[in-house]
Amino acid sequence: MSRKRSEEEYQKTRSFRFRQWLGGEKDPFLDTVEMKAPNAHEDDPESVQCVQQIAPEASGETAAHTDGKKTKRKGILKQGGSGALGMGGLDMDGKRTASAPLSYEEEKKARLAAWVYNSDRNRDIRAFRGIYRACAAVFCVFLLIMLLTAVSWLPTEGEEDRPVNNEVSARYIESGLQETGAVNIVTGMILDYRAFDTLGESHVLFAATMTVLILLRLDRDEDKKKQHANDRIYEPKNDVILQTVAKILVPLIFIFGIYVILCGHLGPGGGFSGGAVIGAGLILYVNAFGFAKTERFFTAKTYMVTSFTALACYSLSKCYSFYTGANEIESVIPLGTPGAILSSGLIFVLNICVGIVVAGTMYTFYAMFRKGGY
Amino acid sequence: MAMFEWLRFLIGALLLVLGLGIFAVEMIGVYRFHYVLNRMHAAAMGDTLGIGFSLVGLIVMNGANLTSLKLFLVVCFLWFSSPTSSHLIARLEVTTDPEREKHYREVPLETLEEELQEGQEA
Repeated sequence: MSRKRSEEEYQKTRSFRFRQWLGGEKDPFLDTVEMKAPNAHEDDPESVQCVQQIAPEASGETAAHTDGKKTKRKGILKQGGSGALGMGGLDMDGKRTASAPLSYEEEKKARLAAWVYNSDRNRDIRAFRGIYRACAAVFCVFLLIMLLTAVSWLPTEGEEDRPVNNEVSARYIESGLQETGAVNIVTGMILDYRAFDTLGESHVLFAATMTVLILLRLDRDEDKKKQHANDRIYEPKNDVILQTVAKILVPLIFIFGIYVILCGHLGPGGGFSGGAVIGAGLILYVNAFGFAKTERFFTAKTYMVTSFTALACYSLSKCYSFYTGANEIESVIPLGTPGAILSSGLIFVLNICVGIVVAGTMYTFYAMFRKGGY
Repeated sequence: MAMFEWLRFLIGALLLVLGLGIFAVEMIGVYRFHYVLNRMHAAAMGDTLGIGFSLVGLIVMNGANLTSLKLFLVVCFLWFSSPTSSHLIARLEVTTDPEREKHYREVPLETLEEELQEGQEA
């Protein structure tokens, strides 16, 4: 039979010391250089000693408030921190250890909260916690069973007649390069065979931006002024380190994004990822230099014009290819030699369009959530 | 020639293991410390030195080709960006922390050494 160890016995064990060390309660360098608000529960004499060592000059008030009903009256001596340590906070019994004496009202409030949220006394909270745990367990078991059942119904790996293994993917792999001119089969798929789907995605992005604009854009001038004054109260303004790094990195990020967009049909990449890279570069630039600098080349109007142009270009070019495909007319757009930069017909153009839309969308989201307009 | 290959592999593996060790130290630090600035101090180690050692190990194992150049550029980018972002987070934390007395105190550089000595004696 196992026996519960006493507290002193437990404190001598290695596991206790390891947990103490992992919890950062004792630092090997300076006793408690780790800056941590001490837990109100630990009222062992050792930690109090530590506190006294680190802040001998601290003149905190010893405070021990007891509830007086069920809890034992126990004075806890803790020195409050004008030094590196500070304390405060309530434990579950409603005892309070404070660095500075609080006013009567605050104390009353804190005690009331401790009383209400004390699970020992409040039966409702205890019942709620029990139900919560039971529900969580039931939900987990349900999810587990459902997922395992779904997995067990999956067709076996490498089987001949899997649903994925049909003539569509075979066609993509066999004649994708010939028909689309893109070395990257994935790009050929999403921007040629399934371009309608990608067109929808771009429009969804555009619609999302419009919704965010409707919700967050500030129209009235006084709101704008207020928000402009509020912008970056706490954030470091004109940080030299950030500005220097941004000066070096932003052009490289832009070049990399453009490379990713332009080589989307030759290797991994494409409009979505390259646009995201360029958008991130724009956001970095705003953070370093502020909106005044970016508004010289990128305003809401620029965004509207560029993304409208890109979407219209996408739609029109796809309309053309759908028309020719449906009527079996030979398309006038040459596919070029596979592997060259200027190849694969419309895919190249569509990648650029998608990249412009995605970059503008990312930047607009950021500006809207930060300032409500730009 | 086989000797050279072995040497290269060993050096690469050694650097990789060193990098992984630094990552382990970083992880322990992040869980052991509780305050933002302390944790950031631990986390920065992995973002700079750990990733540097790991990727240099990979470069050594890979040999001189285009992939190695790309890995080198990744290291450069991370060494630029990670310390900058840490610096910004630290500045934001220092300016906005409402309970700064609880978490840290500002010590002038002159008195710091004396205090450290006193702390060691005590």
